[in-house]
Amino acid sequence: MPSALVNEYFRTNKLPQIWCPGCGHGIITRAITAAIDKLGLERDKICIVSGIGCSSRAPGYMDFDTLHTTHGRAIAFATGVKMANPDLKVIVITGDGDATAIGGNHLIHACRRNIDITTIVFNNNIYGMTGGQYSPTTPKFDKGTTAPYGNIDKAFDIPALAAAAGATYVGRSTAYHTQLLISLIENGIKNEGFSLIEALSVCPTYYGRKNKKGSAVDMLEWQKDHAVNISAASKMTPESLEGKFLIGEFKNSPEPEYTSEYQKIIDRLCKE
Amino acid sequence: MNNNETVTDKLVVNENWCKGCGICVKFCPKNVLKVENEKVKVIDIDKCIQCGLCELRCPDFAIYVRGK
Repeated sequence: MPSALVNEYFRTNKLPQIWCPGCGHGIITRAITAAIDKLGLERDKICIVSGIGCSSRAPGYMDFDTLHTTHGRAIAFATGVKMANPDLKVIVITGDGDATAIGGNHLIHACRRNIDITTIVFNNNIYGMTGGQYSPTTPKFDKGTTAPYGNIDKAFDIPALAAAAGATYVGRSTAYHTQLLISLIENGIKNEGFSLIEALSVCPTYYGRKNKKGSAVDMLEWQKDHAVNISAASKMTPESLEGKFLIGEFKNSPEPEYTSEYQKIIDRLCKE
Repeated sequence: MNNNETVTDKLVVNENWCKGCGICVKFCPKNVLKVENEKVKVIDIDKCIQCGLCELRCPDFAIYVRGK
């Protein structure tokens, strides 16, 4: 008998999931259900949409109305779902490649529209499912199967990208910082507008092995040692922040939401 | 489906779902667990304080705290 949370929110007959031993995606998937549970949302009012990739396998295990779509198009499908039924809480599960390479344009325009969708980017710094090609978040000089001598592209800072494009709730946490991740997802779902939470995962099989990062445990310890909460960072010197990365709530500034603005036009035209 | 379970007063381990990654073992503050034959094993249940850190970070939902 699985735990009450897993029993309630997962398609337990589909478990165990296919992810590699130590993959951080399972931790993040569980965190999403924990956030939904804390919010006490009605299951039938939630739709979870994913694209393609390791991350996008997650909704297949989750016992909600779920949609597994094409590569990079999760946010496009989610936009359709939300426009057709604005009462739904729409959650997108996507990966770093799915969200910022193949679906990069959908991402920035959904941010700009501020449509009420909560997007959780499972960032494992690589294309895991297809064999370890470097992605837009592979750190500069790190290796992938398509960058055997090191990747020379600069990595995207996904929360900064989303905030600049107009998302109204933005945060980042890691698989290690699970409690923070749960609370960011909770707040992201509560925000009526486009929310983006970057969840740093660990890929011991491809990214880890290619870059000699050790086991899943070593990679989670790296997250523990190198993450600094934004609230603590403001009191730290630039030297002590060297080589660190920020986690926490980066932006929370509600603005008018897309489907309600759209409804206002319909209401106005109906009166005329 | 789940007949390979270790049930104690404090913890439940599902060996069928465990992939032996060792995350729960590493982040358990009381050294209650170890990996044996690629599966997690409870070695000292008396020390368990039911903090739930194993459950929180198990990617395979294979370990959880009872009664919470």
